[in-house]
Amino acid sequence: MLTYTVRRLIALIPVLLGLSLIVFLMIRAIPGDPAQIILGQLATEEAIEALTKQLGLDQPWYIQYFTYLGDLLTGDLGESIKTNTAINQEIWPYLAATLELSFCAMLIAIFIGVNAGIISAWFQHSWFDYIAMILALIGVSIPIFWLGLMEQWFFSIQLDWLPTSGREEVRNPVTSITNIYLIDTLIQGRFDQFVDVLRHLILPAFALATIPMAIIARITRSSMLEVMKSDYIRTARAKGIRMFWVVYKHSLKNAVIPVLTVIGLQTGLLLGGAILTETIFSWPGMGRYIYDAISARDYPVIQSGILVIAFIFVMINLFIDLLYAAIDPRINYR
Amino acid sequence: MEVSVNNKPPIQPKNNEDKVQSPWVEALQSFMKNKIALVGTGIVVFFILLAIFAPFIAPQGINEQNMANRLQAPSAEHWFGTDDFGRDIFSRVIFGARISLWVGFLAVMGSAVVGSLLGIIAGYYGRWIDTIISRIFDIMLAFPSILLAIAIVAVLGPSLQNALIAIAVINIPNFGRLIRSKVLSVKQEEYIVAAKAVGMKNNRILFRHVLPNSMAPIIVQGTLAIGTAIIEAAALGFLGLGAEAPNPEWGKMLSDARVLLIQAPWTMIFPGIAIMLTVLGFNLMGDGLRDALDPRMKN
Repeated sequence: MLTYTVRRLIALIPVLLGLSLIVFLMIRAIPGDPAQIILGQLATEEAIEALTKQLGLDQPWYIQYFTYLGDLLTGDLGESIKTNTAINQEIWPYLAATLELSFCAMLIAIFIGVNAGIISAWFQHSWFDYIAMILALIGVSIPIFWLGLMEQWFFSIQLDWLPTSGREEVRNPVTSITNIYLIDTLIQGRFDQFVDVLRHLILPAFALATIPMAIIARITRSSMLEVMKSDYIRTARAKGIRMFWVVYKHSLKNAVIPVLTVIGLQTGLLLGGAILTETIFSWPGMGRYIYDAISARDYPVIQSGILVIAFIFVMINLFIDLLYAAIDPRINYR
Repeated sequence: MEVSVNNKPPIQPKNNEDKVQSPWVEALQSFMKNKIALVGTGIVVFFILLAIFAPFIAPQGINEQNMANRLQAPSAEHWFGTDDFGRDIFSRVIFGARISLWVGFLAVMGSAVVGSLLGIIAGYYGRWIDTIISRIFDIMLAFPSILLAIAIVAVLGPSLQNALIAIAVINIPNFGRLIRSKVLSVKQEEYIVAAKAVGMKNNRILFRHVLPNSMAPIIVQGTLAIGTAIIEAAALGFLGLGAEAPNPEWGKMLSDARVLLIQAPWTMIFPGIAIMLTVLGFNLMGDGLRDALDPRMKN
């Protein structure tokens, strides 16, 4: 296991270097003079020159890249052109908001998806199975930005049950400590605000959860169906163990590997989907941060935002890979 | 005894089932038995016909404004209602099928051609070429795909054409990896070894033997990828990074409809349903093709 972990970590190095190179090349790939394009048509010569210097564009490209890499290793993500603030100082509140949203979405997706998959497999060919699988098929085909809009229209505008957008009640703002509001409100014992934050979370989290939920349900179902046909399950049932335990303990344990793979993959897609969901629900997360940066042509922010999300994605996949080895002793990684 | 046996005519196959069929015919028969896949194909064909005959079906042009008629709810005259410029949404949704299908097909064709080529080269030649190409795929797959698409459009500038390029690029590694693994297994087959032994050139082996035998997964992946590409194009359009006004691209229509959510929800409902149905069609068809062409790919 240790050897495998070390090997996986070493294999990560070229991927991370590649990530940084692609993100580095972004500004350089802008057709024309990047500084001119970032500053717009009306920019003065001096301003363009200053920005060229600030971005290091006057140096040969390999020196630029090594400087960039060196900065990254010391945690320097560059400076926002719009706010003139170091990105590593202003990025955390956005990142925290996205992590909170993605985490809740993933919890919803796993809880509903896995259970729907299990029940569908348990009662194969029942009406529950058919309805769940039709919903799962629709779920993977639905554009989440449209689903988000529909949710807003139905639950906020028509029924007036939940807030349309934002992360907190503007008149009752959360005092941030960790910037993860569910935790912050609990630490401060502000349960009124906790409920409020939760109410703001429900719609975007469900919109974001839809696709992973559908995919997890489908994979869990097929994985469970395969496992439930095996001999040891028949033995367990013959021994008179209650069906609930056969399904949730004996079968699930062995059906979980493909489900984990999908969860790992979906977490990455979730981070991408967060951009769309955050735009619709005015959720002040990374998606919103990058989206606003694109409108303002704030390339250092676009670069760093994309790099941070890709880095998290790579780390999640590494974690899932290592988790397999821990969960399934049949997997031999030497 | 022997004479009588020899005098018997050779046994003729009595019906089609006794004949040895090509795997493609077998796949087609199995596909035709799959009702859900046929429903999917029906939806896809419906939208393709809609796109082709849009000028004959749509009651109005895409950009016929009539301010006196703005924000009309769905009615017998305007089936899907009108938008804030008084344009007929039904007509715009029909013309939108042209853009979405076009972008979906073209982007997936692009990524399938480039991805397959890279995958074949990596799988067939192996060694350092394989290492380099596979690492590039790894790096590209390390980005959440829509994020990579956004990055590409942010660099190239927002337009439908650049959105198409971005979607094609982000899908390359999916095809590349799939074909690479297929080529690795086909490469070991006896007929390839035989082709090599008779001195056939690499190019000929690749394009006459390896590629045709790797087609099934490309077709399956391609069909499923069109659905994803349509959603991705709509997402870019929605974020203002794809089609520009007055193009009736479905994602762009949704983006314009956002501000009308309270007063005119129909401006948002119908383009969304169109996207969902088209993507559903391609997904059902792709699932059916997968079951028919390559049952091992299931799950």
